[in-house]
Parts: sequence; C-alpha cells; structure tokens
Amino acid sequence: MIYVVIVFLWTAILLYILLGGADFGAGIIELFTSKANRPKTRKTMYNAIGPIWEANHMWLIIAVVILFVGFPKIYTTISIYLHIPLVCMLLGIIARGTAFVFRNYDAVKDDMQRVYTPIFIYSSLITPFFLGIIAASSVSGRIDLAAIDFASAYIYSWLNWFSIAVGIFTVSICGYLATIFIIGQTTNEIDRKHFIRKAYRTIYTVMFCGALVFLAAYVDEIPLLDWIFGKLPGIVAIVAASISLVVMLWALNHNKPILLRLLAGFQVTMILFAATYTHFPDIVLLKNGVNLSLLTHQGQVKTIDSLGYALLIGSLFILPALFYLIYIFQQKKPAAQA
Amino acid sequence: MDDFLAARLQMAFSLGFHIVFACIGMVMPFFMSIAHFYWLKTKKTVFKDVTKAWSRGVAIFFATGAVSGTVLSFELGLLWPKFMEHAGPIFGMPFSLEGTAFFIEAIALGFYLYGWDKLHPWFHWVTGVVVGVSGLLSGILVVAANSWMNSPSGFDFVDGKYLNIDPIKAMFNDAWFSQALHMSIAAFVSTGFAVAGIHALMILRGSNIEFHRKAFKIAAICGTVAACLQPLSGDISAKDVAKRQPAKLAAMEAHFHTEKNASLIIGGIPDTLNKKVDYALKLPGVLSFMATGDFNKEVTGLDRIPKQDQPPIAVTHYAFQIMVGMGMLMVGLAVLYFVALFRKKQWLDKTWLLKLFVVATPVGFIALEAGWTVTEVGRQPWIIHGVMRTADAVTLMPGIAYSFYLFTAVYISLAFIVSILLYRQIKYLRS
Repeated sequence: MIYVVIVFLWTAILLYILLGGADFGAGIIELFTSKANRPKTRKTMYNAIGPIWEANHMWLIIAVVILFVGFPKIYTTISIYLHIPLVCMLLGIIARGTAFVFRNYDAVKDDMQRVYTPIFIYSSLITPFFLGIIAASSVSGRIDLAAIDFASAYIYSWLNWFSIAVGIFTVSICGYLATIFIIGQTTNEIDRKHFIRKAYRTIYTVMFCGALVFLAAYVDEIPLLDWIFGKLPGIVAIVAASISLVVMLWALNHNKPILLRLLAGFQVTMILFAATYTHFPDIVLLKNGVNLSLLTHQGQVKTIDSLGYALLIGSLFILPALFYLIYIFQQKKPAAQA
Repeated sequence: MDDFLAARLQMAFSLGFHIVFACIGMVMPFFMSIAHFYWLKTKKTVFKDVTKAWSRGVAIFFATGAVSGTVLSFELGLLWPKFMEHAGPIFGMPFSLEGTAFFIEAIALGFYLYGWDKLHPWFHWVTGVVVGVSGLLSGILVVAANSWMNSPSGFDFVDGKYLNIDPIKAMFNDAWFSQALHMSIAAFVSTGFAVAGIHALMILRGSNIEFHRKAFKIAAICGTVAACLQPLSGDISAKDVAKRQPAKLAAMEAHFHTEKNASLIIGGIPDTLNKKVDYALKLPGVLSFMATGDFNKEVTGLDRIPKQDQPPIAVTHYAFQIMVGMGMLMVGLAVLYFVALFRKKQWLDKTWLLKLFVVATPVGFIALEAGWTVTEVGRQPWIIHGVMRTADAVTLMPGIAYSFYLFTAVYISLAFIVSILLYRQIKYLRS
C-alpha cells in the first residue's frame, strides 16, 4: 500500500505542476505580453481555464495531506527549515487566488481592475518561483538540523544559487505550459500565429533556464549531472524529452494543438521523473548526509493503509468527474462567463 | 511579542478568517440551489436572478475559503510541527477524505458556474446541490479532525510514544458527532442571518423589492429554523463536554467550586483571585441539569483541576456568554418571524421586522467566532487534550511575531477587499 500512496503523492505533484503550472503560466505570460495584447491573452486563457481553475489547485492540497498523514517527519522537517520560502509561497497563493476571483467576479469593471491585475500577475510569478526553491532546497543538502544560528538554520537552508535557478526554471516551465495550452484555444489565425511565435520564445527560455540550473548546481557543488545522467532511467527520460522537443518543433508548424499539449506534458513529466528518480525513495537530503526516505519515514501500517484506501476511493469519484468537466467545456466554444 | 503567543494568535486569526468563508461557501450553495429549484419549477425569472446573484457570491467566498484553507494546511506544520509529527498519522483520515470532498466541490462548482445553457437544466441543478453537499461534508470532516484534539482516541500513549494507531477510530472519536452537528447548524444560522440581513436592508432601501423579498425569504427561513434547532444541539454538546472535558465546562461557566445543585452563571466578571464571579445572574441547579440532566448532580469545578491544566477562564467564560447570548437573540427573532409567517402576515410588511433582521446581520457570525473561541481556548493548555501541551508543539523557529504581523496585515486587507466587493455586488443589484 505504501507504493500506492507514493504513486499518488508523485502524481499529485506532477498534476499540480502541469495544471496549476499552466494556470500560473497564464499570469506569467500576461506579464511578458505587450500591454496592447494583454486583454486578448487574458480572454483566450480564461475562457479555457475558468471552469477547471479551482480544481487545478486542489492537487497541492492532496500532496500536502499525503505528506502530513503518511510522512509526518518529512512534512515537519520541511515546515521548520523551509518556513520562510513556504510563507512566501503561501502569500503568493493567497494573493493570486483572491485576485483571480476578484477580477472575474467584481460586479463593476472599473479602476479596481488596475489593482487586481498586477497582484494577479506578480503573484503568478512569485508562487512557482518559491515552489521551485522549496523543491530544490529539499534535495540540495543545505538543511542543517544541527544549526544553532538563525541564518544557517532558516535562511541558508534554501538561499543558494541552485535553489534560485530551479525557482526560475519552474517559472519558465509554467510560462511554457501556458503558451502551449493557449495555442489550442485560439479562435483565429492571427492569434494562433501570435502564440506560436510566443511558444518558440518560451521554448528557448526554458532551455536557457535549464542550462542555468546546471551552472548553478556546478557553482554550489551539487552533483546534478551525476544525479540526472548517473543512472540509465534518468538518461532515457532526458533523451525522450529531447526527442519530443524535436517533434514539438514540427507540430508547432503543422497546427496540432492536442499533440502539442501532450508533448509539453510529456516533457515536464520526464523532467520530474529524472529529478526524482535519482533519489528515490529519499525525498529530503539533509546536510549531515542523512536522507529522509519515503520508505523509512512512513507512518504506521494502519495509517498508510487507510490513507491508501482513502486515496483510491477518492480518485474513483474525482477522476471521472474531472475528465467529464474538462470534456464538456472543451466540446463547444466556451461562452462568456456567468 | 512572545513567539508562542504569536503562533497562537496567527493560528486563531487564520482559523477565524477561514471559518467565515468556509461557512458561507458551505451554506450559500444550498440557498442558491433552493432558488434555482424555484426557477426551474415556476420559470419566474426573479428566481433565476437570485440564483445567479448568489452563485457569484458562492464563487467569491468559495475561492477565498479555498486559499485560506490551503494556507491552513501548511500553517499546521509551520506553526505546530511537533503536533503534526505525532497527530498527522492519527487524525489524518478525515483530512484525506476531506481532500476528496473538497475536490468534488471544486469540480461541481466548475460545472455549476459555467454550465448555464450548456448542461441539461436539471443536471445543472444537481451540480449545484453537489457543491453544497460536498462542502458540508468537508466541513464535517474537518470538524472531526478538530474534535479528535478535544477527544483523542484511536491510539495508545505509552512512555511518550503513540502506538497502535487506528485512524478510523480516531476519526469517529467521542466528540465528532456533537461538534459536527453544532458546527453544521451554526453555519446555516450564521449564513442565513447574514444573507437575510443584507436583503432586508435592500428591501428597506426600496430597490428591486421583488428580487430581495424572494432572496430574503429563502435565507431567513433557513437561518431561523436552524437557529431554533441550535439550542438542542448545544445541549448535546454541553453534556458531552461535561463528561469529557470538565475543565473546559468549568471555565465556560466560571464554575470555581465543585458542588451539587450547581448554579448556571449568566454574565458577570470572573474574579480568578478570589474564585468568585461578580455581578452575575445565578440560576441554582440549572448548570447541574444542563451538564448531567439532573438538578442535584455534582458538577466538577476549577478547584478539582490542577492550576497548570486550567484553561484561561475569563476569555472562555466571556466567549461562551457571547455565543449563548447571540444564539438566544436569534431564537427570539426566529420566533417573531414564525409568528409573522403563520399568524400575523401583516407583520411581514412592517419595517420594524426587517430592521431587526438588518441589525442581526453579523450576530450569527459573532456567535460562531465566539463558539470557536470557547472550543479552542477552552481546550488549552492542551493541543491534544491530556496528551500534548500547546507550548510543547510550537515551532523551533524564532521570530514568529513577524509572521503574525504579516499574516494579520494580509487577512485584514483581504477582509477589506471582500467587503468592498460585496458592497459593489449589492450596489450593482440595485441599479
């Protein structure tokens, strides 16, 4: 049953990056869009994302609940030593979620929009940035349980070049996912061309940020190359992602929106796989060389069993409903919102 | 500010904020579905207008409740890591089920908000009902987790170790039913009175009267019926607390001395030094009756509770008085409203009745916040009753005071923006 729980944890994280990420990306590309094109970007995006907007962010809650029920030691270690980036991420989540709703449901459309929109855009940037920092910090081996002063316990646990680079990389991934997603939502040729041009740019950005991650890892003496390319599955994942990128460049020119989305999803899945496979079952690497493992730091058998059953039963309800929701609203041209 | 106090205050603010949005997000969908039902049955567009207006409210409150809930799931670990390390695996069951219920709610809300003219009318209606039912269910599940802290079960505590964990038994602890019942009804009372109050105000202002009358009636009936049921569930809760947490009951009542035929103390100022309550109204034997069902039975007082295990008496006592007082006011208003509905129809057009409802707008939520203060402060000094002290659960990280200031600022500004938004929704309805 422990493996069922781990699969759910991994899947929840992946889906949060994919669906939540595309959603963050919507705000990010709005930021990198000229003022004139912003309304267009926004409209195309929200007609598509509106109905599943809330659901996208549930995956984070599922992941957190799995962590604190099944792997409490891991949850609390992260909570204590990565307190500051977690708070920053939470502030981003609050600001973003509320600004999104406010700007879509305010009865009067006026100057208040000028307050909501910047909040939405910048929090869309900050949230995945800190998410990336948290993810990177958990494996960068800087969490020091023996630290006595504030800075080395609570600041340098996450503040290093590698974490920052991963944060930037996560932001670029979100922007990439959103751009690829939006291509399939365009209603005319001019918009489509516009977003395809954008997609090229985001692809280069992601590659550049990926290179930054390796550079930062080198500077911080983190054996990232060894982690990714040290084992065969890691190599296979990266090669598969690279091949799919070539296919993608072809698909971009041949109007295949669904294929594009699948490929982008596949690439991100491969990246997450390569990044997590190498440490499995370890999930947090500490400074003292001791690793927190999903297999040795799991809760008692009965806890894991009931958690596993709860997740299995839950997914019987959630998944069909979610697919039906996506299906219904992809069917017809989405009308204006309620 | 002391880190421990800051952590407690931050948690209290976060919960106090979340609970308002969670309640409205839980109950408004039911109101919305009732209006929607009338629209489908009668085809009167006024019901459709009410439904749509309320569904916008649901969207705003649900989203705000969802983000504040997400924040809470992290705050548990950020502020109380020692607690979560041990409690997580024991009381996690309701949380993992709640994840599902909440997810379903989010999906159903997606269907509902964007489903107008796209889905079959009755399927569309059902998705609205599902929003309400799954919302209520997730509320009940979260309360089940809280009740475990009051009534820990499903494990053996041996030499500081938590052994033989049984998550199902932990979920169905002794307190879950009384707490979940009391909370669910409270959600209906507070949301019902708040919504009814706002629509009553609009009727008095004389704008779009038919619309607001329909909306008022649905909210007022739900709120008043719930208000009349609440004392019954309160009685179940009181007897339950008397049995499991005598210290909490004693603090609620500022009941200093263990005695038979114990008096119910109404109001008053507890004097902890001299162990008496000044200026209070005392009803002999009533406390014994409420706690045990017998006027002559003994009720444990604070004198039997060691000093270090006593909750803060004044806060718990005042909060309890406020909750009961507000509850009684609402029962009174409910009775007037029923008389108006069934006996004196002409009262329904009188401004004084509507004015009373306007005044009562925040009363339900005041009672709700006071009630949670009783539950949470009354459980102190324990975070897990009788097992772990709150002071032992707080995070090692210093400087929580700054985090408290930050979150307080965020919550105050959010409350401010939501108020503006609500004001604008209502203003928009008038024009």
